Amino acid sequence: MSSTALAVKGVEISFETTTLAFDCTVPAERIVAVAGASGSGKSTLFNIIAGFEQPERGEVRLLGEEMTRRAPAERPVSIIFQEHNLFAHLDVATNVGFGISPALRLDAADRVKVEDALARVGLAGFGKRLPPTLSGGERQRVALARAFVRHRPILLLDEPFAALDPGMRAEMRALISDLHEEEGNTILMITHHPDDVRALADSVLFLDRGRIVAHDEVDRFLGRRDIAAINRFLGNEG
Amino acid sequence: MTIAAGAFALGGILLFVGLAGAALLAQSTGSAGAGPLFDAYVWRITRFTLLQASLSTFLAILFAIPVARALARQASFPGRIWVLRLLALPLGLPALVAALGLIEIWGRQGLLNRVLSAAGLEQPVSIYGLSGILIAHVFFNMPLAARLMLAGIERIPAEYWRTCANLGMSSFATFRFIEWPVIRGLLPGIAGLIFMLCATSFTLVLTLGGGPAASTIEVAIYQALRFDFDPPRAIALSALQVALTGALLLILKFFAPAPREGETSGRAIRRFDGAGGLSRLADRIWLVLAVIVVGLPFAAIAYRGSKADLVRLVSEPAFHRALATSATIALVSAMISVAIAALMIRTERLALAQRRHGVAPRLFAGTIGASTSFILLVPPVVLGAGWFLLLRPFGDVARFAPAVVVAINALMALPFVHRVLAPAMATHAARTARLAASLGIGGFHRLRWIDWPGLRKPLFVGFSFAMALSLGDLGAVALFGSEDMVTLPYLLYSRMGSYRTADAAGLALILGLLCLVLTVLGTAGEERPPEGKST
Repeated sequence: MSSTALAVKGVEISFETTTLAFDCTVPAERIVAVAGASGSGKSTLFNIIAGFEQPERGEVRLLGEEMTRRAPAERPVSIIFQEHNLFAHLDVATNVGFGISPALRLDAADRVKVEDALARVGLAGFGKRLPPTLSGGERQRVALARAFVRHRPILLLDEPFAALDPGMRAEMRALISDLHEEEGNTILMITHHPDDVRALADSVLFLDRGRIVAHDEVDRFLGRRDIAAINRFLGNEG
Repeated sequence: MTIAAGAFALGGILLFVGLAGAALLAQSTGSAGAGPLFDAYVWRITRFTLLQASLSTFLAILFAIPVARALARQASFPGRIWVLRLLALPLGLPALVAALGLIEIWGRQGLLNRVLSAAGLEQPVSIYGLSGILIAHVFFNMPLAARLMLAGIERIPAEYWRTCANLGMSSFATFRFIEWPVIRGLLPGIAGLIFMLCATSFTLVLTLGGGPAASTIEVAIYQALRFDFDPPRAIALSALQVALTGALLLILKFFAPAPREGETSGRAIRRFDGAGGLSRLADRIWLVLAVIVVGLPFAAIAYRGSKADLVRLVSEPAFHRALATSATIALVSAMISVAIAALMIRTERLALAQRRHGVAPRLFAGTIGASTSFILLVPPVVLGAGWFLLLRPFGDVARFAPAVVVAINALMALPFVHRVLAPAMATHAARTARLAASLGIGGFHRLRWIDWPGLRKPLFVGFSFAMALSLGDLGAVALFGSEDMVTLPYLLYSRMGSYRTADAAGLALILGLLCLVLTVLGTAGEERPPEGKST
């Protein structure tokens, strides 16, 4: 296995009623599923990695570099949310273009890159469309195209399929798997579905009540029976 | 039964407005040929009305954009909630009281001129005329525009800000690509609303216009009736005013659609721009400026008012009479307004529910819906002018004053009460109507256990808002007022006119407090104050 993509060490962050504490290391070029009940801290972990939240203690190392206090844009990270990834009033090509230049200064070569990225997610010729005219799955693919032109080594997917129907979920999983092959990036993906874990992930980070309680290879994780929360997630009850 | 009552209410409104219009028309045909109605004076007034409204709208919006943006970006500084509350205050302040506060700051003897002369500048700044009207309109409408824009920016999904931060968009890029498109989408609605408010502004122009050079159509109608006693001119001006507001309403209807509801994820909005030194400094400057412009007149009213001999003032019989008159008028007109609004909304829904019954119910529902804007078409002064002319043959108009003022005030408040109640009643119906029907809860029990608990709050909001509006109104009273019927604003206006400034300051403080308390009471416990005169 190669180098470490991200390391979260002794990180603590407090909210009004709870304190969350995270420790984990993710090797490069892996796909890691992040699972756990609602409120277990999955999104907070992503916010800390992406730079939207500042931990009170501990450090975040990305690609071996200490980045705990860096601004979100200065981190080697792209993030895709469940929805609202695209600016609804701007067309698809513009939305992807932001991945190349956040001030939208695009030359002819950049526009070609945008078109290529759209073609790679199966949306060639969609550049002039407005996001509200696309299906939920198409919008998520545009967001993937934008992540694609940014070439950031770490991709965070915050329940990217949650709003999609089963057919589209499978399509998106295949697409993410392809992009991962080509880019060799490290992907962390929050999911509520054991199916996603089985189909896509190399390993699983499992959170329960603000702690990372398990970080296992997929096969081992799927065989676990010792933690109640994991049993609930896998549907092993009774 | 509800439908019959709704039809009755609608008929009453149409009759009240229609009779005023008929009176104006009848009088005008009677006096036709008495000379050119649309003389140079009338055109000058029209031009000035449009000019001051355009400039007021432009300045208010220009000021509101950076203020709204600063409030959106700096989402957690201490005192932010107080800035927001301050921006909501002008809405509840009677125009006459505001005019007094503005004179204290910008007037000849005001704070600004004293500072200027202390700094060695001799030329005093004069508030009277166009500049005063503009200052007053910005004082009232900049906060309104800023709050509407802020609400629009807050409807932007939280993911957008994270995406902006993740992509590394600069402060300027964020404004250009994210905030400006939202604000631009809201601008036609906001600008139309403010233009409408400024074009029909009466009290501010009357007190700060300072003469015939700076008079709007509304004020000219009042002067034509009250001082020159020139009914033909009042009629010509009224027709002009109705045509103007009608054209404005039409333009608004076609070019300024109501802002669409945005989907929100319900998360607290966290932004990642505006933390940089330069943006934070710029935001602070705009916020301080806004607080000064909006807050100083309030401070001046409070300070000057507290220096007045309040104990003597409140023990004067004149004050007692004015307070009783104002309270009675406000209570009655607010009750009428809320009752009619609730009835009309319910009738509209019931009429639309019978969708098999064809065109008639639809037309009926449509008429009810349109009648609230129809009222905006006929400003209070025009309504008053019509009834003034209608009642004149029957003796002294002052005898009818209480009833007419109550009716005009109730109608004036109707569009705003409607705006508060309609969404609340629609939500309430969607939540409870089917369940209540399936459980067989109806009649009094439904009212007692389902409707009253669910609608108590919006009804109260509408009621106190209508009361505040009526308490602070000068337009209707100005035409009809006499020694027999003096309301608080009228008393204040006459004290101002007779240069009893200390008394005026004391009265302004009391009246302002009354109206603000009512507005605050109405909005207490709400997430956001109702955009009463807005959206």
